[in-house]
Amino acid sequence: MTEHAIIPEVANPPVVFTQDEIGWTPWLQPLAEDDLTERHLKGLVEAARAKSPYFRLLVRDPEVLEARTKTDKDIFYNTRSGLPRAERELAATAASRYNGCIFCASVHSRFASHHSKRGKDVQTLLDDGVEADLGERWNAIVAASVALTATPPAFGEDHIAKLAAAGLDELEIADVIHGAAFFNWANRLMLSLGEPTPAS
Amino acid sequence: MTLTSPDIIDLLAGITAGSALDRIRAQRPETREQAQKSYLSLFQPEDFGDVSEVERHAIASFVAGLHRQADIYEFYTNPIEEGGANRWLIEVLKAEIGAGRATGPYGNYPIGPLNAENAPGPTYRVSEASRQAIGRKLSAALEHAHLLVFHLRDANPQALQALLDAGWTTNGIVTLSQLVSFVAFQIRVIAGLSLLSTASKRAAA
Repeated sequence: MTEHAIIPEVANPPVVFTQDEIGWTPWLQPLAEDDLTERHLKGLVEAARAKSPYFRLLVRDPEVLEARTKTDKDIFYNTRSGLPRAERELAATAASRYNGCIFCASVHSRFASHHSKRGKDVQTLLDDGVEADLGERWNAIVAASVALTATPPAFGEDHIAKLAAAGLDELEIADVIHGAAFFNWANRLMLSLGEPTPAS
Repeated sequence: MTLTSPDIIDLLAGITAGSALDRIRAQRPETREQAQKSYLSLFQPEDFGDVSEVERHAIASFVAGLHRQADIYEFYTNPIEEGGANRWLIEVLKAEIGAGRATGPYGNYPIGPLNAENAPGPTYRVSEASRQAIGRKLSAALEHAHLLVFHLRDANPQALQALLDAGWTTNGIVTLSQLVSFVAFQIRVIAGLSLLSTASKRAAA
């Protein structure tokens, strides 16, 4: 049987970068919740993710999803040392803004705002783009994330020098690198397997 | 199997045991382990499912070539080269990487104010000669990989339909999407950490 892509009818789709809680709908059929086996549940890592059509689509390759999810969680949530969570989310937001992933940018700009209490600056990044002036430290993080996101990557020694001048040590710079690099994984999946839907 | 595989990011970023960057990575053991497991689950899975081993290496080589990362390109073409019978495939990949080169990200936004930021760029198609050589399934994968590498915001359901029409299954497309996106991540971690490693050695000298 030939399988078909889903072409959803999305009324009032999000067409600007926003911190609102927008949704996402897939272009390929996710697995049904009732069809998930032990192997799939292991791939989802958290049982609650079975509610998400995005993860029920990705769980068609459970081993990759499991490793990807655990990579994601450690890069963003392991904050006992290194870069504060807010600035990891800033790197994710900058990569998403530059690649043009409205959905990814909405989620991670909310996290960046929540953890930094600098919602206005985050919104300026969404509204004005990656050239916005957010102060030395954030400018250095955004510029490094954007340079790493370019294809081919344009990340250079000057980016490292500016991060160091803004007070980041090597572990923190490595955290910026991982945060931006990870969103070059996430943006590609979100943008190519479905589309954003309006906030409910 | 996993016991004999070196850590690929360390290998390709030139991070040696005991170096400053080795110590930095050691502070993120879960990231290090799971990035490696991501690699292994894509390139050494227990079951290759709907995407063959050669297809996986060919697509990863193409992605690395489009990123102009010679070492990573070689890393992914080596297994193809070792299976001597497929050496012709490397020639096709080289030609297609040359034809597909661009600078990204570019592409269009949905109708609205962001259209002011639309950036034009090429839509890549595999040459007819290459298509004859590698077949429509792998050709469709390279075309999709180019979209994902350079102009991801142009993606649409029709691009997925083109893969289905060329013989891809839904499960296969999920693996293909993960593979291209993972290599895009891996390339950036390697590029970033190898530069940080160089800067670190210079500072210590």
